[in-house]
Amino acid sequence: MTDILMPALSPTMEEGILAKWHVKVGDTVSAGDVIAEIETDKATMEVEAVDEGTVEAILIEAGTEGVKVNTPIARLSGGDAAPAPKASPAAAEAPKTTEAAKAEPRQAEQAKAAPVAASAPAAASAGTSSGARVAASPLARRLAEINKLDLKAIPGSGPHGRVIKRDIEAALAGGTGKAAPSAGSSAPAAEPRKVQSLEQLGIPAGSYDLVPLDGMRKVIARRLTDSFRDIPHFPLTVDIELDNLLAARTKINTALESQGVKVSVNDIVIKAVALALKQVPEANASFTPDGIAMHHNADVAMAVAIDGGLITPIIRKAETKSLAQIAKETKDLATRARERKLKPEEFQGGTFSVSNLGMFGIKQFASIINEPQGCILSVGAGEQRPIVKNGQLAVATVMTVTLTCDHRVVDGSIGAKYITVLKGLLEDPIKMLA
Amino acid sequence: MAYDLVVIGSGPGGYEGAIRAAQNGLKVAIVERELLGGICLNWGCIPTKALLKSAEVFDKINHLGDYGLTGEKPGFDFEKVVARSRAVAKQLNGGVGYLMKKNKIDVIEGFATLEPGKDAPKVIVKLNKGGEQIVEAKNVMLAVGARAREIPAIGAVSDGDRIWTYRNALSPNRMPKSLVVIGSGAIGIEFASFYRSLGADVTVVEALDRILPVEDKEVSAEAQKAFEKRGFKFRIGAKVTKVEKKGDAVNVSVEVGGKSEVLTAEGCIVAVGIVANTENLGLEKLGVEMDRGHIKNDSHGKTNVKGLFAIGDCAGPPWLAHKASHEAVHAADYMAGRKLSNLNPPIPGCTYATPEVASVGITEQGAKEKGLDVKIGRFPFKANGKAIAAGEPGGFVKVIFDKKTGALLGAHLIGANVTEMVQGFCLAITMEATEEDLQGTVFPHPTMSEAILEASLDADGRMINL
Repeated sequence: MTDILMPALSPTMEEGILAKWHVKVGDTVSAGDVIAEIETDKATMEVEAVDEGTVEAILIEAGTEGVKVNTPIARLSGGDAAPAPKASPAAAEAPKTTEAAKAEPRQAEQAKAAPVAASAPAAASAGTSSGARVAASPLARRLAEINKLDLKAIPGSGPHGRVIKRDIEAALAGGTGKAAPSAGSSAPAAEPRKVQSLEQLGIPAGSYDLVPLDGMRKVIARRLTDSFRDIPHFPLTVDIELDNLLAARTKINTALESQGVKVSVNDIVIKAVALALKQVPEANASFTPDGIAMHHNADVAMAVAIDGGLITPIIRKAETKSLAQIAKETKDLATRARERKLKPEEFQGGTFSVSNLGMFGIKQFASIINEPQGCILSVGAGEQRPIVKNGQLAVATVMTVTLTCDHRVVDGSIGAKYITVLKGLLEDPIKMLA
Repeated sequence: MAYDLVVIGSGPGGYEGAIRAAQNGLKVAIVERELLGGICLNWGCIPTKALLKSAEVFDKINHLGDYGLTGEKPGFDFEKVVARSRAVAKQLNGGVGYLMKKNKIDVIEGFATLEPGKDAPKVIVKLNKGGEQIVEAKNVMLAVGARAREIPAIGAVSDGDRIWTYRNALSPNRMPKSLVVIGSGAIGIEFASFYRSLGADVTVVEALDRILPVEDKEVSAEAQKAFEKRGFKFRIGAKVTKVEKKGDAVNVSVEVGGKSEVLTAEGCIVAVGIVANTENLGLEKLGVEMDRGHIKNDSHGKTNVKGLFAIGDCAGPPWLAHKASHEAVHAADYMAGRKLSNLNPPIPGCTYATPEVASVGITEQGAKEKGLDVKIGRFPFKANGKAIAAGEPGGFVKVIFDKKTGALLGAHLIGANVTEMVQGFCLAITMEATEEDLQGTVFPHPTMSEAILEASLDADGRMINL
């Protein structure tokens, strides 16, 4: 008899949603068979059987949120006849179906939202924990309450990872776990402020359908609220003429045709963003209480709209990669992002973000800072516009980009310097070769 | 052959540590100079409980009328009472032998001394059957225990006849008609209680200002009242200046409040604490660090000498079997590299007299000394239905919480069965319970344990049944 445990999809993962069972009680499985799907804020991952045997019991039902890592989720027997199931896996598909049915209105909304990173460890742990219990001794709970500590942020050293008095004392001594806006362990993580009910605001019940908040939606809500509220941010906007870039792109794509690679404007933007970050390293930085982190590499996160939200996969060390390489990576990452098949390390830990709504015809917008990154670039649609050149009216393909800066890291002059360098690279792409 | 661990001493610390080490896959030997199970099982905890049970039953029978029963005046066969106690010890001693065999632990009968070695000190055993055996191991655990403290300067030394330590008192040569017990700790009080039940005229002498001095003051006071009701005499704050055998009697000279007095009795029990058995082990040669007569160890039982552990009575107070077992098992896990519990459980203490006394955690006086802000709840058994029905209305439960955090800090109980009741508090403190947890727990009715609930409620002035 073997217990199958809830796996950790990343080192920081503490809990997740048991999304779906692929097996039922009585099924025979062999090592390597996919038996379940686990969902965190950002990724869905398949759980494979390590041993062979018969599924004796499903211990956690499909659709259960906040399943702690290492909790037994199913039991395999060594081939004996299976006893009666403990829980029915019948509800497996239910949450998914609702989600799919309501996907459309949400997609319209997502254009407004800015990218979300899941790089902060808190995001991984808090995303699905609404209503989940933190294991803590009664005294630890009381002490956390008195000292306004967030139990979720305190690692437990007691039996089965329970938070005990000494952990609280350590947290108090070390200053961790502080500043929980609501200290109660059961407070929903995605609700930083009290919201009046729709009824109170005059929208009667029954006049709308309620789509339950999934892990991703909660993380988007919480992280962007925190970012927009807590980070002093400002936008810098410039127009960029694209005619040289478009001509270069045509030539590049002709050259790459035999390889079957097609470079998009966005790929070139990513490359230029990375090269500009190397030239203005002050913009490739993060604010931390201990100092400004100056990142060594330009890990460019690109916002990808996916069913039910968005995700920001990362092109690592983009400054070192050829356009063909970037094009291949962005295509692959975007595809897998939509399938929710990204690994946590593929969407956690970028240093700069690019959000492009050009394809929707958006002329100009200012994204919300993707913490802890210092800047995010919002790319609008390239379109023919009248411009004045040498005192003459002329027509050019122009794209408006906006750089949102975290003022704690990037001051106006640095932001201006960065966006000027970027403009130079995009307007004369041959400079990227220099 | 080389062992992973050699344990020296097979008391409740040594043998349990040996079993845990064997469970952890270590190859273990245990050295015992006398009887498996050590003092606890052969000359302490267990045989005294057997005697005290005889005494308790005898007390009850002497009060048949209280329960509406009639019967002839009961008597006792002192030799049989003692024989029963010895038989109980023997049975359990055999049980330890079985446990050693079951866990494939080699038992070496003899006296061990230590010499400097490579990974750990080398153990040389002078075998009881003659000859010598050198035992090499990666780790050595000293679980050598302690013995009764005697004070030769004033004659407080066992003579095997009229002046006893606990050991003589457990296999007595006669039933004394009168007895002076020097020391009112758990051991002194238990023997006083036993011999008093069998009719001895008992006087207990205590040097400090109250009996059971480690207990909460209220418990000490309640205990003294209860014992005096049973006919105990006490000399409190009394300094013993001389213990002297004179013919068929023992004269114990005491000074109380500047006045001298000679207490004369048929026997005298010296119960003035313990001394660690650290002599003749070769500890000096190894340079083992000591602390007030005890071996100095750290929280994992490690001494300053490589590969040498020390646990239980020989490594310091409290001198209690369950403390030794806990330390030994922890050390056995530590040396096997097992995951260690991060809990810091308090050590409870029990006195199995009539009435019983049990406690865990801080006393009210201790809290005051530490400057803790506490709230205290009490509930007397005289208001507890089960206690009244059982004819055991004496005593109380007292519980101490931190005022601010509600943390359960200590519990002090006196009355019938309280030694079986205190474990609830042990669990609660270890699990870091607060007053709310105790107040919100459902206690079975009718039980004396309901006094725990009521005392916890009383700490917030919300007691129901009084």
